[in-house]
Amino acid sequence: MNSIGEDCNELKKQYDACFNSWFSEGFLKGQTDDSGCAPIFRVYQECVKRAMREQKIELREVGSEYCTGSEYDNASSSGGKTQPKTKS
Amino acid sequence: MVVAASTCRTETVFDYSWMNVVVAYWNRYPNPSSTHVLTEDTIQREVRDGKLFSRRLLSKTNPVPKWGARFYNNVPVKIVEDSVLDPVKKTFTTFTRNLGMTKIMKVDEIVVYSEQKDGSTLAVRRAYISSQVFGFSRAIRAFGIERFKANGNKASNGFNYVLRRMFPDSLVGGGHHQHAVTTTSPAGELPATTITVSTTNGSLNNQGALKSAAKVGYEFFKSHASKIAQLFSVKN
Repeated sequence: MNSIGEDCNELKKQYDACFNSWFSEGFLKGQTDDSGCAPIFRVYQECVKRAMREQKIELREVGSEYCTGSEYDNASSSGGKTQPKTKS
Repeated sequence: MVVAASTCRTETVFDYSWMNVVVAYWNRYPNPSSTHVLTEDTIQREVRDGKLFSRRLLSKTNPVPKWGARFYNNVPVKIVEDSVLDPVKKTFTTFTRNLGMTKIMKVDEIVVYSEQKDGSTLAVRRAYISSQVFGFSRAIRAFGIERFKANGNKASNGFNYVLRRMFPDSLVGGGHHQHAVTTTSPAGELPATTITVSTTNGSLNNQGALKSAAKVGYEFFKSHASKIAQLFSVKN
């Protein structure tokens, strides 16, 4: 699968190979140290960020923190009505 | 004011262990059912409290429906996917949403992959579809739900294809599971901004207010026709 930046494809391939190996052989077996792929990830990440800037792709609306839809967590217990949780 | 959100829930059982499913997840593209997926990038990733957090950016094509062809050229849709994987509890949660044009149609999708007693993996997929297009919200949401349901089987087939290729001899649970449940509820409520109609009169009779509001809705819809057409053709 291609990267959004054409010149990032090779870096992506290298990072994906590193990640897949660490994920199945390391992380899923209890090894949480992911520093092995960090150097290639940094270079790949920079390349992707550059491509995003060039293509004017902004992530402002999703924020910087990971989100897993927790605002919908009470949907199933509220009869189909979904009231997102708001931070006070 | 609140904006109504239609919700849809589907369940799929994959006849592979949770371990196999999560390994395959990062390799599910390309597959024969995903020709619309153009690019896929990991833009953030870290291990925190023993859990793996990832953020990915995907771009997908927009095949133009006949009725939308005159409005716009094909522009890929950008989608952000956040996920958290807990190897101890054996749960993997993904949360995807579209970037941009969210006032026209906002699609939030949550999928939770968890291990079953028989060793297979259950994927519970929920979609929350909302629209702020005055006068057309219900129609847009209905379309979104139908598209979500139609794409569910396709996505599962594509993922099963990848699982079969990666783990040809690892079927669990008898290999007999099918797409299990689909439930839809027409409207939950989500807080959102309102479209307000301002007038110079200060007060309007009901008929005038309705006409004015309808005009605003119509103008909004007309000015965003190309974007709406584009969203209507998005594949998951």
